Amino acid sequence: MSASLNRGVQAMIEQIDAPMATFFSACVHCGLCADACLFYTETQDPKYTPIHKLAPMRRVWQQEFTFWGRLLSKLGLSKPVTDTELSEWEPLIYDSCTLCGRCSLVCPVGNDIAYMVRKMREGMVAAGHAPQGLKDATRRSIEQGSPMGVTIVTLKAHIKHAEQETGLPVLLDREGSDYMLVLSSAEIADFSEIIPAVTRIFHQAGLSWTMASDGFEGTNSGIQIGSSDLAAELVGRIVKAAERLKVKYVISPECGHAYTALRWEGPNLIGRPYPFEVVHIIELLDQLRSTGRLRTEGLDNTRMTFHDPCQMVRRGGVIEQPRSLLHMIAPNFVEMPDAGMQNWCCGGGGGVSANSRADTLRHKVFDRKKAQLDAIKVDSIVTSCSNCRNMLEDGLEHNHMKLSVISLTDLIAEHLAEDDKQEAGKL
Amino acid sequence: MNQQTLLEFVRGPGLQIAAVVFVLGMVYRLLQLLLLGRKKNLATPRGSALRGGLRTMWHRSIPSPGLTSRGYITVITGYVFHIGFMITLLFLSQHIELLSAVLKFEWPALPPGLITITTIVTIAAMVTLLVHRFTDPVKRLLSDYQDYLTWILTFLPLLTGFLLKQGIGLGYQQMLIVHIITLELLLIATPFTKLAHMLTTFSARWYNGAIAGYKGIKV
Repeated sequence: MSASLNRGVQAMIEQIDAPMATFFSACVHCGLCADACLFYTETQDPKYTPIHKLAPMRRVWQQEFTFWGRLLSKLGLSKPVTDTELSEWEPLIYDSCTLCGRCSLVCPVGNDIAYMVRKMREGMVAAGHAPQGLKDATRRSIEQGSPMGVTIVTLKAHIKHAEQETGLPVLLDREGSDYMLVLSSAEIADFSEIIPAVTRIFHQAGLSWTMASDGFEGTNSGIQIGSSDLAAELVGRIVKAAERLKVKYVISPECGHAYTALRWEGPNLIGRPYPFEVVHIIELLDQLRSTGRLRTEGLDNTRMTFHDPCQMVRRGGVIEQPRSLLHMIAPNFVEMPDAGMQNWCCGGGGGVSANSRADTLRHKVFDRKKAQLDAIKVDSIVTSCSNCRNMLEDGLEHNHMKLSVISLTDLIAEHLAEDDKQEAGKL
Repeated sequence: MNQQTLLEFVRGPGLQIAAVVFVLGMVYRLLQLLLLGRKKNLATPRGSALRGGLRTMWHRSIPSPGLTSRGYITVITGYVFHIGFMITLLFLSQHIELLSAVLKFEWPALPPGLITITTIVTIAAMVTLLVHRFTDPVKRLLSDYQDYLTWILTFLPLLTGFLLKQGIGLGYQQMLIVHIITLELLLIATPFTKLAHMLTTFSARWYNGAIAGYKGIKV
């Protein structure tokens, strides 16, 4: 066994906890997970069956953790995992899985298959089997601070524009602020209008907030590629900055996996609880709405729907808040089929969008989102994840569909009550 | 060894050994899984892992919406098989006689004609599931020797029990010996194969529900 393969197998062994072993043991090969996974439903290729993606790790479990498996292994009668096999499984684990978690919802015996894929990725990375695009994105994150190469220089330029546009200050590194906003690279690079949007919302709410020049990036390639060490380094930058600035809350941006990384995995990655709380931007906006600190006016009569980012909704627990916010301003809001917990992935999460090898497959499986949209004939899709936005725009363009994709935060900001807008005009 | 001695062995010590292997094996299997443990979750909880686990353990028995034809076949035939198997096992008077001697309480039997119908339906469900496993591309890819072995081990007690009761095939005593042996094989194999899912289904659902419940998500 080569050194790297051995590292991979050891990493997989380390990842096998009680849930993993129980999931492997409970699986009855019923195949129902296939029908929950858009990579299977849109291709009808059995190799995309979610639990099948775990096959090599299942053998590791059998050969290391079960009576008969260990016996047969010692007698040389079992099939060890090979480098070739892991190579073969790489596209299954990385190109055809976004960690969306729909499979985890439907498994009759209760297997959390997305949890399992996340853990198998730790073994794949250790064995050197990860997509080049994702490896490059991770390296850029570690070395430059962002997978897209966005730096503080870019951010400062956008901040300057935001201050000019809103007439309001955007303060960096303000110690003692209550809230520290984190952004995603995709927002800074492609959707920087989010900055003036939150500036105006927070001004209306009278929120004390800041951003950290050394901890403003929430995208976590370490989570996507499946390296806990790298993921810990990346989330650690945000934690250090938040502790330096002594903030009470860190705001996780309109990004799916950033929420998973910061809110749920973060403390476990760095090995200690946070001295601050994490809140998703949409959770915060809804809190402000329910306490009367977020006031809107006017309506947007566009026929629109909401795309649920998987990591925010099904895997994150922020489900009702986008609806409550939309109901303030969107009388023609309609839900797509399977909305909410059961919604279908945009196809680009979990590192898939950083992996150009997966483009063809990703475009193919967009058919599922297309079918949902065709059923309700809307003019706009609202969402709360900048990666979903990019993936939706890409998929819509690919299919020649003329729908606009809008950020929920932007939409709310456009409808902030006028008196505050005017006040904002005078600096 | 003559037939009478063999019968006394299989229905006496044989059954006892099988039962002990089954019970100790299942305990061993569960402990083997549970004792691997989980790292303590250091994130601030939004909900309750305990309530989540308890909920999903039972709630997952309700099939997810959006079943395809594969899903309908698997779920409906699967439930017919499981329920039919349990009815045949628990409500045939001869089985109750045996079980109540061990458990020290008894319960009413169902009419033998009804049990016969149940057994036939259960056998039909099993055959349907086998054919489906063989012909459905997803199931065929997922299936290994264990899936087919456990099918045989589960099928044999049903089939031999049916033949025994209907007086088909071998003589009564011979068929009884065969029937009991097939049951013993099933019991012994259970802890070491996917048949352990009779318990691990609930612990797997527990973990799924607990992981989600911690985040305040109902699955």
